Amino acid sequence: MSISERLDKMDYGPAPESAAEALEWIESRGGIAGHFIDGTFGILRDDMTLNNPATGERLAGLTKGTADEVASAVKAARKAQPEWAKDGAARARVLYAIARLMQKHARLLAVMETLDNGKPIRESRDIDIPLTIRHFYYHAGMAQLMEDEMPSREAIGVCGQIVPWNFPLLMLAWKIAPALAMGNTVVLKPAEYTTLTAMIFAEICQEAGVPAGVVNIVTGDGETGQHIVDADVDKIAFTGSTAVGRRIRKTTAGSGKALTLELGGKSPYIVFDDADLDSAVEGLVDAIWFNQGQVCCAGSRLLVQESVAERFYAKLKRRMDGLRIGNPLDKCIDVGAIVDPIQLAQITKMVSENSEGETYHAACDMPEGGCYYPPTLITGLSPSAALMQEEIFGPVLCATTFRTPAEAVQLANNTRYGLAATVWTENVNLALDIAPKLVAGVVWVNATNLFDAAAPFGGVRESGFGREGGLEGLMAYTKPKAKGKALSKVEAFTGSDAGSDPIDRTAKLYIGGKQARPDGGYSKAVYSKKGEKLGDVSLANRKDIRNAVEVAQGANAWGKTTGHLRAQILYYMAENLSARASEFAKRIDAMTGKNGGKAEVEASLNALFTYAAWADKWDGAARGVPIKGIALAMKEPVGVIAALCSDDMPLLGLVKPMGASMAMGNRCILAASEPFPLAATDFIQVLETSDVPAGVVNILTGSHIELAPHIAAHNDVDAVWSQSSSSVSAVIEANSTGNLKRTWVNNGQSVEITTRDYLSAATETKTVWVPYGE
Amino acid sequence: MTTQTAQTTTHLPQTIEPRNPGMDLDLSWVRSVQANTSAIERRAKTLPGRRSVKKDYQAAWLLRAIQCIDLTTLSGDDTSERVRRLCAKARTPLRADIAEALGVSGIQTGAICVYHDMIETAVDALAGSGIPVAAVSTGFPAGLSPFHLRIAEIEESVKAGAAEIDIVISRRHVLSGDWQALYDEMRAFRASCGDAHVKAILATGELGTLRNVARASLICMMAGADFIKTSTGKESVNATLPVSLVMIRAIRDYHERTGYRVGYKPAGGISKAKDALVYLALMKDELGDRWLQPDLFRFGASSLLNDIERQLEHHVTGAYSAGYRHALA
Repeated sequence: MSISERLDKMDYGPAPESAAEALEWIESRGGIAGHFIDGTFGILRDDMTLNNPATGERLAGLTKGTADEVASAVKAARKAQPEWAKDGAARARVLYAIARLMQKHARLLAVMETLDNGKPIRESRDIDIPLTIRHFYYHAGMAQLMEDEMPSREAIGVCGQIVPWNFPLLMLAWKIAPALAMGNTVVLKPAEYTTLTAMIFAEICQEAGVPAGVVNIVTGDGETGQHIVDADVDKIAFTGSTAVGRRIRKTTAGSGKALTLELGGKSPYIVFDDADLDSAVEGLVDAIWFNQGQVCCAGSRLLVQESVAERFYAKLKRRMDGLRIGNPLDKCIDVGAIVDPIQLAQITKMVSENSEGETYHAACDMPEGGCYYPPTLITGLSPSAALMQEEIFGPVLCATTFRTPAEAVQLANNTRYGLAATVWTENVNLALDIAPKLVAGVVWVNATNLFDAAAPFGGVRESGFGREGGLEGLMAYTKPKAKGKALSKVEAFTGSDAGSDPIDRTAKLYIGGKQARPDGGYSKAVYSKKGEKLGDVSLANRKDIRNAVEVAQGANAWGKTTGHLRAQILYYMAENLSARASEFAKRIDAMTGKNGGKAEVEASLNALFTYAAWADKWDGAARGVPIKGIALAMKEPVGVIAALCSDDMPLLGLVKPMGASMAMGNRCILAASEPFPLAATDFIQVLETSDVPAGVVNILTGSHIELAPHIAAHNDVDAVWSQSSSSVSAVIEANSTGNLKRTWVNNGQSVEITTRDYLSAATETKTVWVPYGE
Repeated sequence: MTTQTAQTTTHLPQTIEPRNPGMDLDLSWVRSVQANTSAIERRAKTLPGRRSVKKDYQAAWLLRAIQCIDLTTLSGDDTSERVRRLCAKARTPLRADIAEALGVSGIQTGAICVYHDMIETAVDALAGSGIPVAAVSTGFPAGLSPFHLRIAEIEESVKAGAAEIDIVISRRHVLSGDWQALYDEMRAFRASCGDAHVKAILATGELGTLRNVARASLICMMAGADFIKTSTGKESVNATLPVSLVMIRAIRDYHERTGYRVGYKPAGGISKAKDALVYLALMKDELGDRWLQPDLFRFGASSLLNDIERQLEHHVTGAYSAGYRHALA
C-alpha cells in the first residue's frame, strides 16, 4: 500500500517490539527454565512447556520441582539466613544493586514478560517493570532503616513464596523485596505459565551479589507449590486464587508457619451521577481491561447511579469499540492475550452460562489465532447473578445500577471478597464518606489500579490477609524478638465442698449487654486450690457463640465512634475496677491459689489506661506516593474479634484483648480463662456500670476446646485470637477457612505480647488513594 | 527506500459538513459538566505510551499533520514580504524530492493564519491554491477592545477575504461565571462572520481550571462556533494534552447531543513531529477518523512544519536531517 493510500486511511499500522533479544536469551540458557538453588542454576528438565499465549508457540521447557528439590532449596535458605539477617546496611546495598540492575535490563524484562504472559508491552514496559524496580528501591531503604525503626522485631526465617501468573515479576518483587529487606531468605515458586522473568531475576541476583542461598527459585506447578507449603519453612506467602489460599490455610493450620494470603476479588467500581463520566470510563479501561482483566483487584463490578447509567453505558461501549486487541508485543495494543487456553475456556464458559442481562462484546477487530477474549460488558445483572458474585479473571465487566449512596455501599459490600474498590464523584464529602464504608483493603477515589511500594495493598474477607507495601507490609516478614516458652495446660482445681456462700450464685454469660443463661443449661462448679467451691459458672455452647456474634455484629456503631469517646469508656472501666480492686485481687488469689491478685489487678488497670491512651492515637499515615495526591493508610477496626483468653491470668488475660479491641473500635467476644473464669464474670458488673454499649463486649465461659472450633468456623467473626493454654491453635486455623478470618494464635507458646502487637492485630489497614488537582 | 512511481494527488476530499448552527444556551448542561483534573492528567500522560505509529504509517500521518497546519505568523514585525514567504511555504511545504520519494504531490498546509492587515497580501499570494486565509480578530490576543470595534474587526476581515476568523473570547466572562455574556458575545461574533468559519479561542491558559475550559468549550459550541481553539499562542501556557482532552470530550458530547461536528485547533507549543502524532492519535481515539481531516482539525503552529520535514527526510533517506536542509517559511 502506498503512503498516499495510508494517508487516506490514517490507520495505526503495526508497531511491534522485537522479541529477538528475549528469544536469544532463552536459547542461550538451554531453552529450559529451572531451579536456582544456593546461588546456582539447577538441572534443567523439560518436564513441562512454557507457551507464548499470543501465538501458542513454545517458548521454553519448564522443570517441575520435586519435594527433594524443594527441600534442598529450603536447606540452602536455612543455612544462609542467619548471616543474611545480621547486617541491614549490607542488605540495603544488595537490594539497591538489584534495583539498578533491573533498570539496566528493563527492556529485556518487559519483552520477556509480554512473551510469557501475553500482556501488552505497554503495560509491562510502563507499569510492571517500573513498579518492580520501585519496590526494590523502596525496600533497600527499609533494610537500611530496620535496625533503628523496628528495634523489637526480627526476621521470621525462611519464607516459602508462591506467586501468580498475572504479574509474574511484580508479584515476585512484592514477595522477595520485603522478605530480603527484613533479613529473611526465600524459596519462591513462579507460576507455571510464567517463569521466564524469574530466571532473568535469578541472574540479576548473581550479578548483584546476593549471597548464595538467600534467594532460591524453584520452578513447577501447583504440586511443587504444595511441596513448598509442606516444607520446613517459617512462613508461607501466597498470592493467587481464594480456593488455593483456603487449601494452604488448611494444610498449614497448627504448623506454626506464618501465613499471608493475597487472594481474589470482585471489586466494585462505583460511579456517582456527579462524576466526570468520561474520566470514569477511561478509569474502567485501566480497571477491567488492564492485563485483560486478569487482575485480582480489577474493578469488575460496575455500579452506576441510575440517573446516569444509560449515558454512561453508551460512553463506555463507544470506548470499548476503540480498544485495540491483538499482538501484545505491538506498542499500539490495549488488550493482549489471555494467559493460557485453560483460562480462556474458563472465561468463555462463565460468560456463556450467564443468561441474565445484556451482553455487549466490543466491536473491535479480533486477531486470528492466539488466546484472545473480547472486552465485554454485561449490564442489567442482579446482585444474585453468578457473574456479580464470582471472580471471572478476564476482560468482562459486570454492571448494575443503584439509587442512593447508601445503596451503592450496600451493593458494593455485598460480596465475600474485599480487596479493592473505586469511587468516582466530584463531591469530596461523598467520596470521603463512602471510602471508609467500603469493605476493602484499598480504595481509589477518582482513579483506579494505582500501586506503589509505599502504599499497603491487601484485602479483607476472602480476599485474604496481610499487606504488601509500606511499613505494614514488613509486619508480614518480621516477628517479635521476644522468645516464647512452651505453655502447658492450666488445669482447674477440683473439689467437692458445697461452698460457704448460703445464696447460690451461678455466674451467667454476658451477651448483648445482658446477663444470659447458657443455651445448653449446663454449669460447672469452680473450686479453689484447697477444693472449696467458689461459685458456679455457665458452660457456653455454639448457640451462645451464635447469639454473641449476632449482637456483636449489631453493635457496629462502636466502630464509628470517636477515639476520644472510646478512651472515656475505657477510663471509666478502670475507675470502676479500681473501686473494687481488693475484691478482684481476692477473687484472683482464691481461684489461682497464688497471691498475685493485687499485682494483676494493678496491671489490668494499667492496661485499661494504656488502651484508653491509645484509643485516639494509633493513627494511620499519609504515604508519599509518586502521584499528585495522597495515599492514606487508614487504621480500621477488624470487626468482630473473638478471643480465647489466657488461662493463667484470669483478669489481665481478659482485659488486654478486650482493651485493645475496644480501643480500636472492634466488638469482642471473650472466652474467659477456662480454669479461673470468675474474675471475668465479676467483671460483667464493671462493664454494666461503665457505659459500655450493648454488644461491644461479650463474655462467654466454658471449655476452650469445645468453643474454639465453633468460634473459628463462624463466618461472621472477623478474627480469632487465642492465648488459651488448651491446644486450640490448629483447630482455629483449620476452621477459619470459611470466611478466611484473621487468626492470631499462640501455637502452644507463651510469648510476651506488646501493646503494639495487640493494636496491630486489632486494626486493619485500608489504603485510600486520593489524587487531587483542579 | 520509497520509490513509488505512481504519483497520486492528495487533495483532501471536499467534505460537506453542515455548519454548527448553535443552539439555545442550556445552562443546566453547562453546570453539569465535570472535568476531573487528576484523572485527565493521568490519561494525558499515558496516551503517548499507548499509541505508536511507525514507518510508512508514520510518514502518512506526518503528511496529514502538514495538511492540518494553520501556518501562522502573528508578530508585530510582520511585513507583506514575510507573509508572502509564509504563503509560498504553505503552497509547497515539502521539498520536491521528499514529496516525490514519498509518492505524494499537492500537499499543502491547512491554512495561513495572520493579523487583519495581512489578509489581502495572503489572499493574493495564495490565489489559486485553495488554501484559506484565517485572521485572528476581536482585539487578539487579549480581546479587551470595545465590543463594537471587535465586531467591526470581524466584518472588516471577512470583507478583506478571510475565510476563517479566529476570535478570542472574553476570559473575564468565564472567570466571573457570566455564561450568558459569554454565549451572547460568541453569538454576536458568529453572526458577524457570515459565511466565514469562526474559531473560538478560549485562551485556556487563562481560564484557571479544566472545568472552566469544559464549560467555555460547550458555551462557544452552543453559540455556533465552527472550531474551538486552545490558545492565542501569547499566554504563558498554551496547548496541552489535558486541555485538549477536555475540549475534545466537550466536542464529542456536543456531537452526541446535537449531531453537529465542531472542529478542534490546539495552538501554541506544538513544535515536534512526535507531538503532532500524539495529537492525531488523541483525535482518532477520542473523536474518530472523521476528525482527522483539516475541516475539523488544525494545528496552530509555526515551527512544527520544519520538524516534520526533517522527520520525513529521515523516513525517505534513513539519515537524520538538519533544519537548514528545508526551506524557511
